[in-house]
Amino acid sequence: MNRPHRHSWFEADARARIAGLVDAGSFRELCGAHERLTSPHLAALDLPAAFDDGVVVGEATLDGRPVLVGAQQGAFNGGAVGEIHGAKLRGLFERARRTRPAAVLLAIDSGGVRLHEANAGLIAISELMRALLAARADGIPVYGLIGGSCGAFGGMGIVARLCDALVMSEEGRLGLSGPEVIETVKGVDEFDSKDRALVWRVTGGKLRRSLGDATMLVDDDIASFRDAARSLLARPVPARDLAALDADQRALAQRAARYAEARDGLDIWRVLGLPDPGAIPMLDAADFNRLLASLPSPTEAA
Amino acid sequence: MERFTLSLPSVPCTRADAAAALCGVVSSGNLEILVGRGGAADRCDIEVNTSAHGFRDTWEAVLTDAVARHAAGGLALAINDAGATPAVVSLRLDQALEALEDRA
Repeated sequence: MNRPHRHSWFEADARARIAGLVDAGSFRELCGAHERLTSPHLAALDLPAAFDDGVVVGEATLDGRPVLVGAQQGAFNGGAVGEIHGAKLRGLFERARRTRPAAVLLAIDSGGVRLHEANAGLIAISELMRALLAARADGIPVYGLIGGSCGAFGGMGIVARLCDALVMSEEGRLGLSGPEVIETVKGVDEFDSKDRALVWRVTGGKLRRSLGDATMLVDDDIASFRDAARSLLARPVPARDLAALDADQRALAQRAARYAEARDGLDIWRVLGLPDPGAIPMLDAADFNRLLASLPSPTEAA
Repeated sequence: MERFTLSLPSVPCTRADAAAALCGVVSSGNLEILVGRGGAADRCDIEVNTSAHGFRDTWEAVLTDAVARHAAGGLALAINDAGATPAVVSLRLDQALEALEDRA
């Protein structure tokens, strides 16, 4: 909060996010706009294409260490993953296995699969998941960053949870079915997607951090995302053996039981023992993190 | 989609290494402009792909104005548009061409 000028991650586009995330001037784009790798499916449907198919990938340095970076353009078709878009991200993870960077940083801003592309989009996102896991299995850490207008939903919600660690702002949301999908299928009584405060309490960064889905909660500020990525890069590569998976599974089972009756983020904060759940949405990241750290067992799987 | 190309007179861009620059994002009411190297030094070649049909006259007026305001000769502009208003198109053109001039 002592930064005089914040630059909103939420409002920035994919290129501005990357520029502020990595070392100044270090980013080199791969498969850039000038190559015009546009979607054949959107063209067939006579819909507007984007020269980068809504995702920017490339290599850069962070604190002088080599990283690969991907950033989705939420404003283009909701950051949705089409065939080309997915292939660029898949290629990024395959490249990571060859060039062995210190990490892959993935700035997620997506509602999931691009429905216009149907099966091609579904296949693209499953290939992306497989490539991400192969890179992790090779010892390359993958860190997700969520703070854009589309959050991380659908297939990209799954991709987010395949990462070693996640940095979120409260505005960045994470889930499987998005609020509008739930409302459409189950009705407005089940979930009112127009109720932003509710959407943030149920899918936003503060709840995801409380549950341990997100590793760090930051303010909506590009420099804060950069600082978080730097601190993740400075950590040892997280363990990914069978014992760690078993522990995660047990934690998830306990969590499902512990919050079985919860209908809202407020219920979860109450069960966690936070003194004034209703005030939590108004806290800035530093105050929220302090409050969470003061709990006897802050989160399940952080 | 409506697609057309134009070649308009413009003062030559002095920047010898005018590499590809991208400005804007394709989203509702917005557009992206890709700037690259074109043909003749005193013309600006422009390719328009727009989701709005029947506005070619307006496009020509906005584009003619923009390349008269800037040194865009020898450049090629490729535009993907999702229904931007003329004011937004004009703003993005200024951004794309000023970015080049700033770096010159």
